[in-house]
Amino acid sequence: MPKIDTMAETDDPLVREHRLKQQAAHEERRDAVVRIVRQTVTFVLFMALLAGLYTGYKAFGQAIDDRQHEWAVVGSVLPRTDDLNMPPVSEIFGQFGETPGGRDQIYVKILFDEALFTLREAFAGFMVGLVIGMAIALALAQWRRLEQGLLPYVIASQTIPLIAIAPIIVIWGRKNFDVFPWEWQDWMSVSIIATYLTFFPVAVNGLRGLQSPRPENQELMESYAANWLQTLWRLRLPASLPYLFAALKIAATASIVGAIVGEISAGVEGGLGRRILREAFNYTTGPDRLFASVLGAAVLGIFVFLVVTGVERVVVGNQNRESTT
Amino acid sequence: MNRQKIWRLLAVLLALVVVAAGCGNDDDEVQEIQDVSLQLQWVPQSQFAGFFAARDLGFYEDVGLNVTIIDGGLDIVPATVLDSGGADFAISWVPRGLVPREEGLNITNIAQVFQRSGTLQVSFVDAGITGPADLEGKLVGNWGFGNEFELLAGLVSVGLDPQSDVTLVQQDFNMTALVNGDVDAAQAMIYNEYAQVLETINPDTGELFQPEDFSVIDWNDVGTAMLQDAIWADADKLETDDNYRDIAVRFVEASLRGWIHCRDNFQQCVDIVVAASPPFGGPAHQAWMMNEINALIWPSPGGVGIMDQALYDQTIDVATSQGILQAPPDAGAFRTDIAEEAVANLEAAGVDVYGNDFARRTVEVKEGGN
Repeated sequence: MPKIDTMAETDDPLVREHRLKQQAAHEERRDAVVRIVRQTVTFVLFMALLAGLYTGYKAFGQAIDDRQHEWAVVGSVLPRTDDLNMPPVSEIFGQFGETPGGRDQIYVKILFDEALFTLREAFAGFMVGLVIGMAIALALAQWRRLEQGLLPYVIASQTIPLIAIAPIIVIWGRKNFDVFPWEWQDWMSVSIIATYLTFFPVAVNGLRGLQSPRPENQELMESYAANWLQTLWRLRLPASLPYLFAALKIAATASIVGAIVGEISAGVEGGLGRRILREAFNYTTGPDRLFASVLGAAVLGIFVFLVVTGVERVVVGNQNRESTT
Repeated sequence: MNRQKIWRLLAVLLALVVVAAGCGNDDDEVQEIQDVSLQLQWVPQSQFAGFFAARDLGFYEDVGLNVTIIDGGLDIVPATVLDSGGADFAISWVPRGLVPREEGLNITNIAQVFQRSGTLQVSFVDAGITGPADLEGKLVGNWGFGNEFELLAGLVSVGLDPQSDVTLVQQDFNMTALVNGDVDAAQAMIYNEYAQVLETINPDTGELFQPEDFSVIDWNDVGTAMLQDAIWADADKLETDDNYRDIAVRFVEASLRGWIHCRDNFQQCVDIVVAASPPFGGPAHQAWMMNEINALIWPSPGGVGIMDQALYDQTIDVATSQGILQAPPDAGAFRTDIAEEAVANLEAAGVDVYGNDFARRTVEVKEGGN
């Protein structure tokens, strides 16, 4: 951070302007820090509130002995409150520091490694989905007739349940994808599942964004005799960015969901999907671990959301983002 | 050029040819290791210990195979993967292989590894459910997806209508529903979920649940058991591709050798499974499973991997009476020639392929299977 302690009087307008800029940059950084601190505190308080509600409900159910009252809402309509159905918050978080049997690492480290594995699948799928989604958006924006013809299929693609396509993709991957110069592995099939969830919001929002410039802006570009590529680069793409980033936030979290579901469907070892399946199987003997692993998946989802938000801030800038969304 | 010289030249040429051919043979032998893949029906666990043992102890390598074992998943149907060429061999329960076969997949059972069924219906002893007739009017948990056939046939065998005389409840692949009291009798594999409930703390005593706390319906005793884990292969390819058939014999031989090894070297196989990939349920759970899986295989009266015709007929009876299969499958649904060849090779090597004096061990149950 540049120092701004040399505030000696000067008549040089350039120096003054430079100092003002430094001052503004400094304030912006300070504001950013304040904002992050404030958001973090809010988040932690909210988590504490949720944990408090959970614990309070559990204590209430235990106090009225929910198993004894068939008529009670607590324990019949709402979840039962014993430790099998609602493990105490302290035990769920305590799991992170435990070492599961047969392993030599604490649980949070195991979850971290598995989250990285899932993140790799999701990221690969996300990037491919981004490219495919943008390609579709560009094609649809360019040829309006195509939009009428193709868009229904793009939408229909999202109504096919993942469990139907997952085995197909895995089998294709093993058998047919040896055209690639690298050896096809099952986790790449999982990435395709993530792609499948990712390209859709990108295509739909990207299209809206590319179509968002007002006609007069378009006409201005035409008056400059700008060609298609120049119009795209200088007008349409920049205009589409706010729409695109709104889609990318959905797509990023969807890619994590796709990767986790894909792992479970396809039977891929090493990531959070297998972890959640394993803890679901072990629920009877360790319900707290399932809760902990689901929290791990949630943290990963929040992480990718924050990354996209961060990239958005860098690319679009703060004000532009707020004025257009 | 005189005659002697010509003979000498020929002799040298002949020698060169022989040497060259010899080199060629050597090369072939080095390259003869063939890549083979095996699709499991679930994640790595002691249920598949024989295959992991054969891989890790070099039994597959000994017969010139390099075997890749592929995990199963929630939506992976081994029969489909096998038929579509996604794997060279697959492990599947017999009904779950026969149903897609009836629908047109050309696959065949080449080795019947498990000689009995591992499916149970488990209830708390105070519910008084000791046989299928006692299930009348009860909440009966089952996993669906074709895991419920033995239960349904068992109900029918005592004159109960599965649709009206019991309430069938979809159950997760764990025992939470039983412990919660959401079902009166829960479906359990003797090697998996039954162990799991024994690894759970009884909230009333603060100690682990004990076998005396439960009563168990074993479909083997009721007479509606269906055959489970078998090795399946591509039926067309076996007919047309001699090389594939040859690989199949070697694959079955080495796999069965793995299972024999796991019978005689219990702890080593448990360790192999635990090392293969972090299993669902800890090492103690895998030890329990290894013991029970061995008991499903041994003794093998006709030799390990050989189909038990009586149990096969029973499986088909249950399947057709339940409408799971429209008609009894044709003779190509299973073949014993490959397993017989493999067993003959094993016997020639002097190993016990029957396991007549096999006895279950006592495995210590630990909380959470750890």
